[in-house]
Amino acid sequence: MKEIVSIFPIFSATEMQSALDPAGTQASEISSLWWLYFWILIAIFTLVLICICIAVLRAGWKPRESRPNEPPPQPSAATDRRIFAIVSTCVVATVLILFALLFIDIFASRSVYALSSEPHPLSLKIIGHQWWWEVQYQDPDQPSNTMTTANEIHVPVGKVVRLELTSTDVIHSFWVPNISGKKDLIPGYPTKTWLKADKAGSFRGQCAEFCGHQHAHMRLEFVAESHSDFDKWLAQARQNARPPSTPSQQRGQHVFLSNQCIMCHNIEGTPARATTGPDLTHFASRTMMAAGSFPNTRGYLAGWIANPQNIKPAVKMPPNALSSDDLNALVDYLESLK
Amino acid sequence: MNLETRKPGQKKFRNIFLVSWFPSFFLLLCFLYSLGSCKREERGYRVAPPAADKIQTTSVSELHPAGGEKPGPVKNHYEENAYATSEGQRLFSAFNCVGCHAHGGGGMGPALMDNKWIYGSQPQQIFATIVEGRPNGMPSFRGKIPDYEVWQLVAFVRSVGGLGTSGGSPGRSDEMSAAPPPSSMPAQTPQSAQVPPPR
Repeated sequence: MKEIVSIFPIFSATEMQSALDPAGTQASEISSLWWLYFWILIAIFTLVLICICIAVLRAGWKPRESRPNEPPPQPSAATDRRIFAIVSTCVVATVLILFALLFIDIFASRSVYALSSEPHPLSLKIIGHQWWWEVQYQDPDQPSNTMTTANEIHVPVGKVVRLELTSTDVIHSFWVPNISGKKDLIPGYPTKTWLKADKAGSFRGQCAEFCGHQHAHMRLEFVAESHSDFDKWLAQARQNARPPSTPSQQRGQHVFLSNQCIMCHNIEGTPARATTGPDLTHFASRTMMAAGSFPNTRGYLAGWIANPQNIKPAVKMPPNALSSDDLNALVDYLESLK
Repeated sequence: MNLETRKPGQKKFRNIFLVSWFPSFFLLLCFLYSLGSCKREERGYRVAPPAADKIQTTSVSELHPAGGEKPGPVKNHYEENAYATSEGQRLFSAFNCVGCHAHGGGGMGPALMDNKWIYGSQPQQIFATIVEGRPNGMPSFRGKIPDYEVWQLVAFVRSVGGLGTSGGSPGRSDEMSAAPPPSSMPAQTPQSAQVPPPR
């Protein structure tokens, strides 16, 4: 049964990345709308198929060849009236159904945008880059509390989140199917959207606007968790990176600061303050790396540092020609950044 | 359609492709011409970590040992590659070159859009300037920027000064700028210049 279901991915029940398994207010509105459309269109489709079958079968009952010399039948007044009645009924039904769907659409989008009236939402700024997401947690009371991370968003369940979206290079689109609809990130033109997670869980987001070579590998982790877990996470994320404790980690930090890494990456609490690449302050606390391309494990990390172009061609990170000892130390250090 | 079955008032069907050879020949030419756009330039995504050894002996002045040959410019293939030059443009901002040189007009550092080159305008001389650094402010980026990205920066810096190729130079700046975009920059003859005296 499971194999049959997997042929039709829209029917499979729980998914990390499915608009039909809603875990947020926006997504549940969108998904109920989707199912309504689905069943109405299925009904119309079946009706049309039945009509076609009837027409085909009836034509078969009276083969034209058996009566070669007979003139084609002239429609009587009664048949004309019947055809007129059927066609006008269909036209009126079509118009009515379309209007009904239009109104349902309008009410669904109204309830989606009702989230924007929340006076104290959690404010996030998301900046799209080729091919990763920069996420800034803002604090309206204290701007110095702004915390920057990358490719992973944590939100508390039940809290309205206000997203401000922009981009530095090309147009991207933010989409976490289980939570929200799509919203474009446009360079030089900040857009806004609101969302609310209703269920705890970890979901996957995906760039939904073709943005270049690695568009498919521009994903993000969306974690909805309880208020206490979220507060704990945010407090930890606002801390500086923990200083290296073992000799190997110390060497790794030295490698980081004296090589190419420092030109693009930021680690709070160290001299590395560049903002071109993803922030690595709490890199080891993230589950995925390279914008959700693969799990954050030692092997992937070392391979990624040595030559990202092999794994994700055209990514903006250059190959790093490090000695194996330096590379090991660097991986030790990065893995200690919890 | 023969004449017997033609009804009065029905116009004869005219096929323009059969009536005259010229339109079809013209369309064929257009099609063949458009095939040229299928050729794309190479984008070197999997760049092997290069080693630029010859830069060690780069001279930045007009002085040479007696009887020595004056070395010619090293060819930087990225100058003909629009993608590589635009990557140089991106890195120019990403690595904060704009902090001192602005977008070519100069500030704390010398301007790049004029024709004065204190440490030489040839590709290998600009490469050496970026990698080694220069007195009075230009830091050394040795080991910080991979060599192929330095060559991309070199291609962009030369295009800002009007020394780029017409096909490779960016046609548009990423920022508001008083200078024309690199592809429209007039060609200039490079001149050597002295370090400006401290103010």
